Amino acid sequence: MVANQSLTADAVRESGVGGEPDIRLERVTKRFGDVLVIDDLDLEIERGAFYALLGPSGCGKTTTLRMIGGFELPTAGRVLLGGTEVTNAPPHKRDVNTVFQSYALFPHLTIEKNVAFGLERKGVGKAETRRRVAEALETVQLPHLAKRKPAQLSGGQQQRVALARALVNRPRALLLDEPLGALDLRLRRQLQLELKRIQQEVGITFIHVTHDQEEAMSMADTIAVMNRGRIEQAGTATDLYERPRTEFVAKFLGVSNLVRGTVGQANGELSAVTTHDGATLHAPTNRCAEHAGGAVSVGVRPEKVKLTPAEQPTPDGANVLRGQVVLSSFLGVSLQYVVRTAGGEELIVLAQNADGSLPESLGAGREVQLTWDPRHTFVVAAEDGARA
Amino acid sequence: MRASDRARNWALGIWSAAALLFLFIPVFLIVLFSFNDNKGRFNFTWQGFTLDHWKEPFRDPDLAKAMENSLLIAAVTTVAAVLLGTLLAVALTRYRFRGQGAAGFFVFLPMATPEVVLGASLLAMFLVAGIDTGFWTIVIAHVMFTVSYVVVTVRARLEGMDPYIEEAAQDLGAGVWTTFFKVTLPMIAPGVVAAAVLAAAISIDDYVVTSFNAGQTQTFPLYIFGATRQGVPPEVNVLGTMLLVGVLLLMGLNLAVQKALARRDRAVVEEPPSQPPTPAVPAAGPSAVAG
Repeated sequence: MVANQSLTADAVRESGVGGEPDIRLERVTKRFGDVLVIDDLDLEIERGAFYALLGPSGCGKTTTLRMIGGFELPTAGRVLLGGTEVTNAPPHKRDVNTVFQSYALFPHLTIEKNVAFGLERKGVGKAETRRRVAEALETVQLPHLAKRKPAQLSGGQQQRVALARALVNRPRALLLDEPLGALDLRLRRQLQLELKRIQQEVGITFIHVTHDQEEAMSMADTIAVMNRGRIEQAGTATDLYERPRTEFVAKFLGVSNLVRGTVGQANGELSAVTTHDGATLHAPTNRCAEHAGGAVSVGVRPEKVKLTPAEQPTPDGANVLRGQVVLSSFLGVSLQYVVRTAGGEELIVLAQNADGSLPESLGAGREVQLTWDPRHTFVVAAEDGARA
Repeated sequence: MRASDRARNWALGIWSAAALLFLFIPVFLIVLFSFNDNKGRFNFTWQGFTLDHWKEPFRDPDLAKAMENSLLIAAVTTVAAVLLGTLLAVALTRYRFRGQGAAGFFVFLPMATPEVVLGASLLAMFLVAGIDTGFWTIVIAHVMFTVSYVVVTVRARLEGMDPYIEEAAQDLGAGVWTTFFKVTLPMIAPGVVAAAVLAAAISIDDYVVTSFNAGQTQTFPLYIFGATRQGVPPEVNVLGTMLLVGVLLLMGLNLAVQKALARRDRAVVEEPPSQPPTPAVPAAGPSAVAG
């Protein structure tokens, strides 16, 4: 689409290419009364990134977004957009635009007028406004609905209009507050792909707040997992999934099998970890170093574990835990086993459904062993009172 | 339908009709007696049909003046009360400030206070302040108690509104006032119009508070009350009927405006799109892109 290409080109030309982060939060703290919502948060987002703020409700992700948009003012700290401090600037003085969860379209204006609203405020000329509105509606594939009112559109269509209304201003960054939260699952999946496509087309920084880990992983370049007003860990989806650094991240992103233990001797690339029930496991040394001698949780993802009958030999150098199958279930694409180890943990194992049935030898009550490659093992500081 | 249900429906219908009749007979009689060819000072017995009273309803200059005052007071009151009340409602729903709870309470107080108390205390205040009672003291009194109704009506509308819509306007570059005039006001317009009609109607027919603070100024309700003590001229019925029709028209207008505003936010605009769908979007039907 020609229109989209010109939008992309313009956006890139206007933005230039700078080295320093485009959006920066420095030691930001936010309190509502006595409640600490954001706790000394540092955040840096590169130009053109698709950045997700992921966390459970109440973790402070929306408040963080609203402080970037100017709808909340930090109690302490600084907010910078493109190197300029905007900590206390009102929303209409910041060149970022928001897509609200409720879409917040103006019900008394047509779709066209909704999209034109920002350009009219900036005093963009009539012809130019018309052209850019048409272009933006094209980008979200709704040019034929320009004359309608918001109430006549479906949820998905309203969502796209909200997106067009924000994008048309070519903001420094687009702030998306659970933009797909009100849509049903199928529509969500479809719009996720579309959002990703649009972001790549226009090249604008997207900051996406969501509590849906799958959504964050499928769309974002960088995910920041937030918990209790702090960022627990930020990185790519692979980083967070394969190498979680805290127990919270390990549990919030996907399923984790965690066993309590203590870090022991390092032996080259691998270090020994003794579990609370006496088994010895190995994990990459670089993931253990900071926890040396301390209480940790050793973890592995369910699909990395191989389940075999107890009497079979195990490969050399593999991590091995013994246990008894509690539950085995057929999930179609995979088989899921719940295994209780000698130490009492219930671990989950996912196996590919290669044979089309649950093997007899791994049925409930059978003695089994769980084996996996030590390189797939991660180590996180143990959280108090938490047992996975 | 069972027999008992049918009986109940009938009873309900008859009961409702009786209640409506009870409510509307006096109104009907007022209209009817404006056509009464009455002899003597009183206009209480039907003596024949005439249109005489309708030919010169303002024959009595005092009556004409009273009517003029009432309309003028209602107009000024409505403008002032709607302005004040709308801003008050916005302040009470959209901002957090010290004394907000108290402000909310005091705004509603005039609605709960007996009118006699309201009128007497206002008069006392005007006397203490050395203000001569008259046209403007009536206006002040009317604004004071109609503001409550405006706040209630507009506030209900504001509370039903998605607050993120105003944030969206600010997000798109609108300052506080632009947001109010371009977004908030158009959205609460139905409430504001309803509030204006309500304020005008309450102001025009107020007797109690007005009587305390009128001084030498006559309003329509004051005139009628005074007139009934010497005998009711049929012109009162004529003007009463006119007022009734006027208020009914105002109500009708309100309804029409409400409908128009609802249509504005909902209805299909029967216009072809400004540009035909491009080939890049092959299916123009909403179903193809609904998801």
